[in-house]
Amino acid sequence: MNNVGTILQKQWKDTWKNKVVLIQFLMFPVLGVVMTNMVKIDGMPEHFFANLFSTMYVGMAPLTSMSAILSEEKEKNTLRVLMMAGVKPGQYLAGIGCYVYFACLLGAGVFCALLGRMGVWQVLLFFAIMSAGILASMMLGAAIGVGSRNQMAATSVTVPVMMVFSFLPMIAMFHDGVARAAKLTYSEQVRILVSGLLEKGGDGSGMAWVVIGGNILVFGGVFAALYQRRGLA
Amino acid sequence: MGMQEKMHDDFLAAGGMEKGALSQPLIEVRELSYSFGDKAVLNQVSFLVEKGEIVGLLGPSGAGKTTLVHLLTGQLAPKSGSIRIAGAGREETKAGRGGKKTAANQTAMGIMMDHFGLYERLSVWDNLKIFAKLYQVPVERIDFLLKKAELFSEKKTLVGRLSKGMRSRVNFCRALLKQAEILFLDEPTSGLDPATTAKIHELILEQKNAGATIFLTTHNMHEAGKICDSILLLNEGKIVERGKPGELCRKYNLENKITVILKDGSCQILHSDGGSAKKMAEWMRTGELVSVHSSEPDLEQVFLHLTGKELNV
Repeated sequence: MNNVGTILQKQWKDTWKNKVVLIQFLMFPVLGVVMTNMVKIDGMPEHFFANLFSTMYVGMAPLTSMSAILSEEKEKNTLRVLMMAGVKPGQYLAGIGCYVYFACLLGAGVFCALLGRMGVWQVLLFFAIMSAGILASMMLGAAIGVGSRNQMAATSVTVPVMMVFSFLPMIAMFHDGVARAAKLTYSEQVRILVSGLLEKGGDGSGMAWVVIGGNILVFGGVFAALYQRRGLA
Repeated sequence: MGMQEKMHDDFLAAGGMEKGALSQPLIEVRELSYSFGDKAVLNQVSFLVEKGEIVGLLGPSGAGKTTLVHLLTGQLAPKSGSIRIAGAGREETKAGRGGKKTAANQTAMGIMMDHFGLYERLSVWDNLKIFAKLYQVPVERIDFLLKKAELFSEKKTLVGRLSKGMRSRVNFCRALLKQAEILFLDEPTSGLDPATTAKIHELILEQKNAGATIFLTTHNMHEAGKICDSILLLNEGKIVERGKPGELCRKYNLENKITVILKDGSCQILHSDGGSAKKMAEWMRTGELVSVHSSEPDLEQVFLHLTGKELNV
């Protein structure tokens, strides 16, 4: 527990000076606040930007920050030094994972506020939806981070993957063919669940949870396979 | 006589030391081999390290020094052979594929690798605080070590803004945080200026005086000769010679000559025989003799003699 806490504290301090990671946590919540308050178009669905940006946030922030943190630590040998100091791979991943998860939950809190007044049950459901999406995204980011030898290799994989998962829900709104394919992704299911939460008060599709769970399992499997082959440091 | 005692005596004989000279080997490496794919990096390496001594592993770049340190510190598992480190409670005998890494035992060692592995966006103090917490040592030790390494005034400076020499000293402080019984230092002064090198040497000797056993790798023969109690010469994955620096130089003093500097500035090279002694006595009597120098080879020349290669390559 001491090691996990130390990793968490280290990451908290480091992130304030790490623009690459910091911008991931701030960009969409800030954009959400700005767009919601400044852009008013007739016929636009209520909470359009909050819903869209929260989905994009889930597809982008956890994925890129996990991959950036892991690949940087590998490249700069800090991860190896931590392992030599007795930190177990599981402890390291738990520390970094907790940090990214809670940082992303803060961003989710901003979107929750943008969605306006909701009942306690709806708020809890919203955070549950976001948590599931964050976990799937983190798992994918961790897989990319573990599988990459350095930051450049990680970025070259992270950017296209992140673009797919964060922009697919938006494109799906305008194209039926894309929408059908997007339904297999956790980010589109997060959008569907959040929309359902706003429109129907939370009677979301059970299938959406199954798809998100399936995504987590698949990404977890990819992570486990890469971890077995490459190790952490 | 048991097998271990026999091996012990064989080591001593190979190192030119008398039986019983090493009472308590802290590190015992037997027939250790390692390869990356088809490329053999270490081949049947065996040696002992006594408690409290500084052992230098001397060899040119690519000789296998860093691989050996990685094996000793558990970052790699041996392909064959065994490593026993008494102070770290580590015993690893490996044959076959994969091997068993012993990361848990790394906590009993102080390790300074050639890569710094420091968090550049964090301050010197924050970097060391992370490891003080991991090792569960009081944070007051950070200030103590920073003062020792003359880095106290830089404690709030971001590591990314430090010079290479300062980073090296921070790295060294990190290795000393937990007061480990064994220190593994991989090229601790590589690429550093003479002043920083001298400071690092001073800190290493302080640790020795405090009772630590130090295993360091270097390709700097002056460093090895200056601070090491004994030396292992590594070439192409094999230990080609071992012993105390002075003894090695004397052992390979094949020319048996002395160099004499006279008052008029001339330099005379004499063989160690009766004729030379008479000349020397005469120069001393007439006051012409300024200085007498040994023509013993240095470690570089010993290495060159043994392998046909220079060390600093």
